Amino acid sequence: MRSPSMRSNSIRKFLYISPFMVLLAVFAYYPLYGWVYAFFDYMPPIPLSQAPFVGLKWFRSLVENQVKVDQLLQVIKNTFGISGLSILFSWLPMIFAIFLTEIKAVRFRKIIQTVTTLPNFISWVLVYSLAFSMFSSEGVVNGFLRQIGLIDSPILFLQNSEHVWITMWIWITWKSLGWSAILYIAAIMGIDESLYEAAHVDGATRMQVIRHVVLPSMIPTYFVLLMLQIASFLNNGLEQYFVFQNAFNKDTIQVLDLYVYNLAMGGGSYSVSVAISMLKSIISVALLFSVNGLSKLLRGEGIV
Amino acid sequence: MSDHQTKLAPIAKENNSRLSKKIKMQVSTTDKMISAVVYVLFSLFAFMCVYPFYSIIINTISANDLSAKGEIAFWPRGIHFQNYVDVFKIPGLWNAFVISMGRTVIGTLLTVGASAFLGFMFAQEDMWGKKFWYRFTIITMFFNAGIIPWYLTMRSLHLTNNFLAYVLPSIVAPFFIILVKTFVESTPKELQQAASIDGAGIITIFYKIILPISKPILATVAIFSAVNQWNSFQDTLLLVTDSKLYSLQFILYNYINQASSLSTMVNLQNAGSTAMSSLSTKQTTTSIRMTVTIIVVAPILLIYPIFQRFFVKGIIIGAVKG
Repeated sequence: MRSPSMRSNSIRKFLYISPFMVLLAVFAYYPLYGWVYAFFDYMPPIPLSQAPFVGLKWFRSLVENQVKVDQLLQVIKNTFGISGLSILFSWLPMIFAIFLTEIKAVRFRKIIQTVTTLPNFISWVLVYSLAFSMFSSEGVVNGFLRQIGLIDSPILFLQNSEHVWITMWIWITWKSLGWSAILYIAAIMGIDESLYEAAHVDGATRMQVIRHVVLPSMIPTYFVLLMLQIASFLNNGLEQYFVFQNAFNKDTIQVLDLYVYNLAMGGGSYSVSVAISMLKSIISVALLFSVNGLSKLLRGEGIV
Repeated sequence: MSDHQTKLAPIAKENNSRLSKKIKMQVSTTDKMISAVVYVLFSLFAFMCVYPFYSIIINTISANDLSAKGEIAFWPRGIHFQNYVDVFKIPGLWNAFVISMGRTVIGTLLTVGASAFLGFMFAQEDMWGKKFWYRFTIITMFFNAGIIPWYLTMRSLHLTNNFLAYVLPSIVAPFFIILVKTFVESTPKELQQAASIDGAGIITIFYKIILPISKPILATVAIFSAVNQWNSFQDTLLLVTDSKLYSLQFILYNYINQASSLSTMVNLQNAGSTAMSSLSTKQTTTSIRMTVTIIVVAPILLIYPIFQRFFVKGIIIGAVKG
């Protein structure tokens, strides 16, 4: 039973949040309207309203135009390479957390945790600037190697077109390992003390405790994070790859997000770029639904 | 956490047979070896995390001719602070600093305010369409249209070369709303009920009761939001061509790629004012680039020790919910 005053009260509450819902509609939902550019032959500065409608032309070109196909295949390979490496090593933060919490010297542990979390809070531009200072031909590393007489000419770390996937993965790990471990550290802190005591009574060694007590209690956290990581397989983000790209590594560094950016902002091919963007978003949402379904199947509850 | 480790010793000692002693000996030597490896690996990684920052700091205060050759590795040589004076002679740097500070302060205030209010409102039981609007908000965490569709629509809204583009899109932040909502729901309901009986309206309750008790979670939100704003680069890259609106991150990126012309310019300016400028204080591409880097990273390094204790709390609350 709702009295009219209660009803007007509940509507008033909605009115209070409505300006924020408008903001959300504009900045999160309205960009979806940008997808219509994929169906027109949009060439700035001619406005969209005067651009000819071309239907699925751009989508077809992605599978029919041989140059596009080759480019796209390389880009997809890069995306899979870098995301694949991240997923392959997705257990690293967990191991990091386990061994960090095993450290008995509290002071040392705190310092390690503080210091290794720091890189997470700097931007990719700053990471690149640090990388440049360390690894460019006049950088500290080359300077040091020259000083101790190991090399005569500088090693071109940053202009290297090989091992780009691995170096990109290393930078991701450098930046995020300490931070990602925090969730697992929280999980370890939540382990019931009596489990440890039982293990010790049974005469378990330290490694056995890790294997039979600590690890199993972290698997749920790991599973959820892994599923989320798989769901965002195609979303490498733009910034890291944008700042690290140069004329030498362009072929192997272009992930989907960077490719889409380069196509539009570099090449002016907005419509094709939007078409790829659109496919990418749809596949990502489908992936999210799939892993959510998988999670429901395996452990009875979804991840989102 | 260290408690259960210290408990291990007395329990293990209860086993007194010779055999078990022998096993224990072996175990403890492998344990020790593992410990040693663990300590070394952690120290190494920690060094890799800190050294780049340290290295750049000592380079910016060392003689510029040495830093340009990459010869400053472990301690500063030829200490001087001229770089930090000179770097502000680059046109646009001071302006970019003001823009970055401005968007950080304004953006953070707006985001914290909105997150607090929305988190509180979504914790209310009786709001028209509450479930729908909450989902409408949270779902946006899991999809986006893509950067180019986003750019094209922002442009059609005249948000290119517009300061509002820095602060408006981040006002409604679903993750922060979840954090606040979870926090508000964990506080005793009686507080709000009592105030409501006393005739306080929803806004009064928010302002007088919720805001003060939510301080810890709002501090977490403020810190995350401020770091995001300060670090933001992509929006400038896509939406801004007017150099008056360049953020520090953006001009740092430009400087990395074109520091040589800037160093020449600063040197020319200096040659006009002071009769002689020695090699050690003459600006090089390296000195300019590194000094700007330190200016961009300094706010993060300065507030990091303070906010460090907040974010652990924040991420744990988020994890429980998310």
